Amino acid sequence: MASIALSSVTKAYGTHKVIRGVDLEIANGEFVVFVGPSGCGKSTLLRIVAGLVPASGGQVLIDGEDVTDVPASKRGVAFVFQSYALYPHMSVERNIGFALETLRIGKEAIRSKVDTVARMLKVDHLLARRPRELSGGQRQRVAIGRALVREPEIFLFDEPLSNLDSDLRMEMRIEIARLHETLKTTMVYVTHDQAEAMTLADRIVVLNQGSIEQVGTPLELYQAPANRFVAGFIGSPRMNFGTVPVGTETGAFVLPAGLVADAAASGDRQPVSIGVRPEALSIVAADAGRMSGILERVEDLGHEHFAYIRLSDESIWVVRVAGRPPTERRNQPVGLSFADADIFVFDAEGKRIEHRAAGPTPVTDAGEGRLVHER
Amino acid sequence: MSAKLARREHRTAWLFLAPLVLVMLMVAVWPLGRTFFFSFTDAYLDDPTVYGMVGFANFIEVIEDPTWWNAVRNTLTFAFISVAIETLLGLGIALLLNEAIPGRGLLRAAILVPWAIPVVVATKIWEWMLNDQFGVFNRILISLGVIDHGIAWTASSSLIMGVVIFVDVWMTTPFMVLLILAGLQTIPGEMMEAAEVDGIPAWKRFWSITLPLLKPAIGVAVLFRALDAIRMFDLAYVLAASNQNVMTVSIYAHDRLVSFQELGVGSAASTWVFLLVALVAIILIGALRLDRSAGN
Ligand SMILES: Nc1ncnc2c1ncn2[C@@H]1O[C@H](COP(=O)(O)OP(=O)(O)OP(=O)(O)O)[C@@H](O)[C@H]1O
Ligand SMILES: [Mg+2]
Repeated sequence: MASIALSSVTKAYGTHKVIRGVDLEIANGEFVVFVGPSGCGKSTLLRIVAGLVPASGGQVLIDGEDVTDVPASKRGVAFVFQSYALYPHMSVERNIGFALETLRIGKEAIRSKVDTVARMLKVDHLLARRPRELSGGQRQRVAIGRALVREPEIFLFDEPLSNLDSDLRMEMRIEIARLHETLKTTMVYVTHDQAEAMTLADRIVVLNQGSIEQVGTPLELYQAPANRFVAGFIGSPRMNFGTVPVGTETGAFVLPAGLVADAAASGDRQPVSIGVRPEALSIVAADAGRMSGILERVEDLGHEHFAYIRLSDESIWVVRVAGRPPTERRNQPVGLSFADADIFVFDAEGKRIEHRAAGPTPVTDAGEGRLVHER
Repeated sequence: MSAKLARREHRTAWLFLAPLVLVMLMVAVWPLGRTFFFSFTDAYLDDPTVYGMVGFANFIEVIEDPTWWNAVRNTLTFAFISVAIETLLGLGIALLLNEAIPGRGLLRAAILVPWAIPVVVATKIWEWMLNDQFGVFNRILISLGVIDHGIAWTASSSLIMGVVIFVDVWMTTPFMVLLILAGLQTIPGEMMEAAEVDGIPAWKRFWSITLPLLKPAIGVAVLFRALDAIRMFDLAYVLAASNQNVMTVSIYAHDRLVSFQELGVGSAASTWVFLLVALVAIILIGALRLDRSAGN
């Protein structure tokens, strides 16, 4: 069991700053997921925690102990790579047990540990095979087994499931969640997959260009994003954004008076843009909605449908329609309706402005904060 | 794969191989065949058209000649020691160059210089540097106080084999470095990182991961070098002509063929050289399992 603390960690390659001062505390037994656009520094940050990449500045603490200068081999963490990184010339059994060979615990002890782990991950029938004789999913199980067998205090995963197909990904996701429940080990997990992030995480860390945008439970990030970046990044399809016309009445959407008043009350911050999630929108008759546009395209996924609507300012908003497909015809004007509570308001810097109409503040308790989406 | 498809692939493969087979027939099989043929005759080089068949007499003459066996001993000693040193040195340098050290690109280019110099030129350069009166080598040793008068490195019968091995190591270690470096670069970095995170000590990472994965690359390099070393002619010949202490089997064959004009015996000696090379190749390929590692 171990906690992790990062304090003003930076990393630069030459003059290229990759991590720009990250402060983060990860509690003992917590499952933390790093998300962010490609190239934002997720892998780099994870490697800094593992000791595979030296930080340029700041400190890494494990269990309160400064390990910034401790080599990777002495940090007692386990790392699972996207590429699996199995030893191609060793059998599955030796791959899993290899790290134990240096512990001088005897062949029998190694074998029994390997057996236990292999059975747990359902690869016990593959022990004699070489990695190249395994499927992708089996390889990833072996890679996880190799990490598991050492009984590390901390697990680090760098996109472990991205090479798998979606069915297998879901299966492995559930297995990793189960693993965390049984082991209660601290886990840090990097992913591109929203569903993985939302379902696995106690807390999600949203990174952007080497800095943390927000840290919070999945529900917090979804319901109360700190800024426009997080609002746009969490949720799929992404949030629709629109600009707020200043003071005038144009054909575009005008912020309700109550929301303007709230914005004014929050200091001298002017509302500059708004956002509404696709699932909060509904399609109505052209003159009945709060906004109107042309229905350009409908994507049918069977259980849900995405309608693309071109507004008067040429921007396209997505509406998620659950159940039956929308009956409106293509290239016809339609209206959009939504509740005040579903409007996110942002100021000029992209920070979100709280308003009274917004829904109840989400539960912040990590244990209850998990969000199960019906997507 | 269906049988028909397999047959078609076979045909295509032969089609692609045909030009190579033709060239091989012209440049290898034909001269080899001629040599093989002449080794059963008593022909002389001044007029190869006049000859009589003598059976295995030439082969027997060669293996009854103590000079031949001396040459075999020299050749094997030279090949074994030089290839062993080159492999160890090449592995060490390749491991160093594979690390992210500053100036690595320049070092990689610089290390190739000895390999790029023609053997004869390099040998002459070393002969001069090792000269007992004018050589820079003796000069350095004297000024360091290691010796008090110049040593005739290339003239001393006890030192000359050492010199030949030394110059060969100097010239061909780059080749080893290059092949092993290429092998090292095929080892995925993340795999080594995984081993590092797993707390595997550096020596075990080298012994249990790097070395086994490098085995095919080292095997090919050793095979190339060993066959080259057994055929070695130019280096010893330029440095010491027909000096008994470094006479290789190739020099022996050359002496019989060119110096003594004995086309028959020389051809028989050449055939023995060929058989020696073939034997070593078979042993090495078997021992290193090169045929298998290529397939997987
Ligand atoms: N060895 C390196 N030398 C120079 N720049 C690097 C190096 N490694 C990473 N970078 C840069 O650091 C930035 C962050 O890389 P990193 O791999 O952490 O991104 P990431 O968030 O994991 O992206 P992805 O989601 O695509 O995996 C990128 O801009 C990348 O180009
Ligand atoms: Mg990455």
